[in-house]
Amino acid sequence: MSVRQSLLAILDQGPCYGYQLRTEFDRRTGSTWPLNVGQIYNTLDRLERDGLVEKGDVDEQGHVYWQITDAGSDEVRTWLSSPVERNQGTRDELAIKLAVAATLPGVDVAGVIQTQRLASLRQLQELNRAKYAGANPDGPEELAWSLVVDSMIFAAEAEVRWLDHTEQRLAMHPQHAMTLELSTEKPKRGRPTLRQAQGPESGQGQGPESVQSGESARATSEVAR
Amino acid sequence: MTAVLQLVGVTQQYGEGATSVSALSGVDLSVEKGELVAIMGASGSGKSTMLSIAGGLQKPTTGEVIVEGTYLSTASSRDLAALRRRSLGFVFQDFNLIPTLTALENVTLPLELDGFRARAARRAGRDALTSVGLGESNGQAAKFDSYPDDLSGGQQQRVAIARAVVGGRRLILADEPTGALDSVTGEAVMKMIRSRVDQGAAGILVTHEARHAAWADRIVFLRDGRIVDQSQRDGADALLAGVR
Repeated sequence: MSVRQSLLAILDQGPCYGYQLRTEFDRRTGSTWPLNVGQIYNTLDRLERDGLVEKGDVDEQGHVYWQITDAGSDEVRTWLSSPVERNQGTRDELAIKLAVAATLPGVDVAGVIQTQRLASLRQLQELNRAKYAGANPDGPEELAWSLVVDSMIFAAEAEVRWLDHTEQRLAMHPQHAMTLELSTEKPKRGRPTLRQAQGPESGQGQGPESVQSGESARATSEVAR
Repeated sequence: MTAVLQLVGVTQQYGEGATSVSALSGVDLSVEKGELVAIMGASGSGKSTMLSIAGGLQKPTTGEVIVEGTYLSTASSRDLAALRRRSLGFVFQDFNLIPTLTALENVTLPLELDGFRARAARRAGRDALTSVGLGESNGQAAKFDSYPDDLSGGQQQRVAIARAVVGGRRLILADEPTGALDSVTGEAVMKMIRSRVDQGAAGILVTHEARHAAWADRIVFLRDGRIVDQSQRDGADALLAGVR
């Protein structure tokens, strides 16, 4: 998880107390990913449990300085030199929505695509405006902020390009959309029953998704400050 | 709000009878002072045709184009040429600078053709080049006397923008202005167009890149020569108010 690794990488520069660590994280990410102090301390506790950091000196104000261990420094090096692994498999809400919409008879998929395209362009406008209104990225903190904004700009643009592509593919398809009527064949065995039997576990994939979309929406509003 | 440009029922057909092809069908569009409108659409949707017609480079089959109150259909070719020199500025993907003229001469040429005195033209040209960051700054010498070949792509496009806005031109027509530039330079060029529009010009931007179209106040979608949808202007204004 990048928060944990980022905090560790900051501690690799020297000991910090909790609130200081939060400030350091903020100025290196353009305040686009606000953390509360509770999250910082929880993360520090887990890092301590894993032997990656330890409690060090306490100053006159009672600040506990956390310092990185050798194992922690190794983990930072590994993190920086490794690619970020994206989630495998399709858990993208929009991809699933369009695929399902394309197979439903009577659904105006082009309309679904255009609604999404306008929303993505709207987000792009908001991000461009934020960047336009921002200071010149001469300082490291402003640069850090604009790097995060750029990643959101390029992600939104990629979404629009993919929507264009999908629209063209569907337009070229003989029936515009390849609708599937509900099958009359009753599945004898298979996942639906199995999933119901599994109960709460089958819903595991849903949790992180909704959290993720909530986070990106929050990040957008933070960026357009 | 003052409309700088209006297209009313603009239709463009190529060929006649059964083999005729409609490049544009009944397009209505109004662009106001201080407004940048982006035109998006797949290739062949009519984007570039629309820009050519808006700039008076091409006459529509039917419909009317009105630039700052002048009806292009009834304007003489002389008036049209004058309008292009005085009111319209074009920015193209491949810059279209004259290689044997310096940056300053490229910018002042339309003014001189329009009867400006050389000294006044040079002053306006230097101002325009300075406004796009090609004047003397931070110890860097001005690029006024550089030839296009000695300038980077981004600098050449800045010269083209200076030429498009010199002498108080009020309508910028840009056709894929970032197409030949890397992404960082392209963004700088878009910021520049945006800032000229914010200073009181009006602009139309044809682009297939959403990232650049999003610099506009309003995005118009063309499909098969028709406007099929457009984003709302009001929303963009609200956004603008929110971040400034």
